[in-house]
This record gives sequence, C-alpha cells and structure tokens, in this order.
Amino acid sequence: MRKLAAVLLIFAFIPFYSCRDSKEDEQEETGEEFIYEPYEEIEYVKRIFYALPSPVETAFLLKSSGAVYDEELLSKTENSGNYLTTKSKALNLGIYITDLSYVSFFDQTQESIRYMATVRELAESMGVMDAFDNRTVERLEANLNNRDVVMDIISESYMRSSAFLSENRRDAIAAMVFTGGWVEGLYLALNLADTGKNGGNGLVEHIAGQKLSLDLLMRILEENSHNSDVAELLEEMEKIYEVYGQMDAASTDLRLETGEDDKAVIVSDREVSMTQSQLRELKRRINGVRSSFVSY
Amino acid sequence: MFAAVLSLIKLLFMRPITTVLFFIITLAVSTGPVNAQCKVFAERICKVELGSYVHDGNYHAAILSEGQEAELYKTFHGGQDYRLAICGDDNLPDIEFRVMDTDRNLLYTNRDDDYNITWDISVESTEQLLISVKVPAGEGNSQGGPESGCVAIMFGFREEE
Repeated sequence: MRKLAAVLLIFAFIPFYSCRDSKEDEQEETGEEFIYEPYEEIEYVKRIFYALPSPVETAFLLKSSGAVYDEELLSKTENSGNYLTTKSKALNLGIYITDLSYVSFFDQTQESIRYMATVRELAESMGVMDAFDNRTVERLEANLNNRDVVMDIISESYMRSSAFLSENRRDAIAAMVFTGGWVEGLYLALNLADTGKNGGNGLVEHIAGQKLSLDLLMRILEENSHNSDVAELLEEMEKIYEVYGQMDAASTDLRLETGEDDKAVIVSDREVSMTQSQLRELKRRINGVRSSFVSY
Repeated sequence: MFAAVLSLIKLLFMRPITTVLFFIITLAVSTGPVNAQCKVFAERICKVELGSYVHDGNYHAAILSEGQEAELYKTFHGGQDYRLAICGDDNLPDIEFRVMDTDRNLLYTNRDDDYNITWDISVESTEQLLISVKVPAGEGNSQGGPESGCVAIMFGFREEE
C-alpha cells in the first residue's frame, strides 16, 4: 500500500516539475541561491492566438453575402453515429456546428433542433461535456422563434466547447474541429455561388476573402502537426491553399478613417479577384476534401 | 525540487493511506480551477461588453501576468461592423491593446482612448489585423511578484449599418 502511495505521489508532482521555469533549472544546476528577479526583467513567451471565423460568423457572412437556403447541401445528421475515430468525430463536429448555424440563420426551426441534437451527441461522444447539454437543448427549443437568442445559444455552446478543448490541452482536436467548420463554410459558399439563385458577386467576394482565414488555419494546423491526424489534414488542406496561392491579392497600406457617426473605418485599396477557372478549381478541390471528411 | 519531494514522500509514509490519498486528490483538483476561471470570466464578465453585437463564439482567454503580452491575428470581413472587447481581471492594471496591420503599422491604441476596453470598427474590405494585448507592469502582489489574472479577447459582429 505504501508503495502505491509513493507512486501516486510522484505522479502527482510530474506536471509541476515538467512545467517549471527553465531559470529554476539553471539555478539548481549551479547551486546558486535563488534570488527573485524584478518581474519587469523576466522574459515571457508571448501567447499567440489565431481567430478563425467561427461557425456563427460564417453563417452570418453567408447570409449577408446573399446566400439562399439549400437543405441538399447539408451533411446528413443520420450519419453522425458512423464517425468512430477521433479525427472523423472532430471534423464532423465542426461540420455539424456550421450546418447548425446555417439552418438557424435561415430560421429553419425543426432543422435547428435536429442539428443541435446531432452536435450534442457527437460532442458527448468526444468527452466535450456541458457545451451542448440538456439545458442548452431545452433553451434552444424554447426560443426557436427568436433568432437572436438561438444564435446566442449556439455561440455560447461553441465557446464552451472551444474553452473545454483549450483548457484540457486538446489543441489538436480543437484544430480539427476548426478545420471541419471552416471547410463546411467554404463548401456551402462555393456550391451556393453556383446555383444562380444568389447575389453571386457577394459570395465570390466572401470566397476570395477566405484566403486570409486559410492562412490562419494553416498556422494552427502547422502548430499542431506533431499529431499524426493533424499532419494528414495539413497535407489535405495544402490542396486548397495551392489554389488560393494563385489568386491575385496585392496587399496595400491600411488606414483608419472616421465614417458616419464618428465610426472608425479601416480602409484599404486592396482588390482581391478570382477568375472563373480558379473558382471552379477551388470548388472541385473543396468538394473532394469535404467528401473525404463526411465519408466513413 | 526532487529533494523536497523525497522528504515529503518520507513524511507521508508515516501517515495512514487515507491521508496520503486525500493530499494527492486535493493537489490534482487544485490545478483545475486555475484554467476554468478564465472561461467563466470570458462568459460572464467580458461577453457583456459586446452589447448588441453578436458574439462570434470564439474563445481566446489566458492567464497573463503583469508585463506579459499576447497577440491575436484575425480576419475582419468587408462590409461588417465589429466590436472588440478586451477585458482583464480586477486585480490587473488597465489592459493596453493595439490594433495593427500585419506589417505592424499601428492603426489604433486604446492608450489614446483612456484605456477603453471596447473598440467599434467597420471594415471596408476583408483584411487581416493583428491585435496586441499587454498587461502593463504594475505594483505587483503582496509577495513582491507580478499580479496574474485572466485576460479575454472577444469579438462581436453585426451587419454594417
């Protein structure tokens, strides 16, 4: 019993030991007395965040770019139980959350309930508890006719799941959820832009603008590429990156101007353009990548 | 460090197993809330600052100490209105933030705005911006070390008015 206690105690200390400051290591090696340095002189590692458009923002951008609702494009909820690996669960969780946001922005109340139930099931199977719990589903059902509240519930749940993954150091899984969500957003935009029912120009502009978000997504994937699933994903996303790399997107100086009502406006002369053939190629590749994500 | 752990093991060997297990469980559990508190801080305190803007749902929060900085890259989409809210725990000094282009040319700093914790912007065309957040060096805590606390960076959006 005492041996067991000793082993448990040593394990309890491992996290503290591995996380300690490197300066402390040096001091122990040289045997010098530890002297507290003024904290202004301590060099910290700067924390870097990359903010991708969330599923809620993606759905909002689709709608404000002139997209219409097309149920045929959504990922089928009945497939959710077929995703068994961590990678396929994470990718499809991102896909379903984007679909949930999309159906909710277009006031598809029954679909919202269905997608919320699917997201909840998948999140639970990944151990992401509390983010999409019973209370969340009940709140959603009680407010189905109030789009603002519905969007708030989805954004809150998404934040909780991201926070859970981040705080439990499951960054690689979070990266895969982000990728699934981002790919679904672009898949919807590209396929909706093609139907002729939309204000095509708005959607094309939106699609072109995703180049900048893809830059951030690639950085997130690179940072997590020690994980073999993420490394595979990175290779797959290179196919999309390649098409965007051919786009003409000269950057220009940004300036801050004051608009109406003293509103701050960031202005630039940037012109991003995509040719029809680039759009076609991007659609072909994104459809291929998305198809590989939803297959089981 | 190892010597201290070994002395502790020696000391605990003299105690009943229940005491040892209680100690271990307390130690393990006590590390949890340090991280979880930032989620609660972001959700309950900082999100309110977004007002009528729709929160995008992204989570960017961390425990920072006085003198520490963090950076965030985000794509802002043309034709949208955004609100940035950057909040710090009460025990931290006023948080300073700067908004720059990706070449680090300064567009805005809240230092010129009485350290306001929110900033509303509209973006004409889709652009990537860099937001640099700094907890200035303050008076420190009672032990003479830097104060630490949660800092959350949140974004809200709405269609351009």
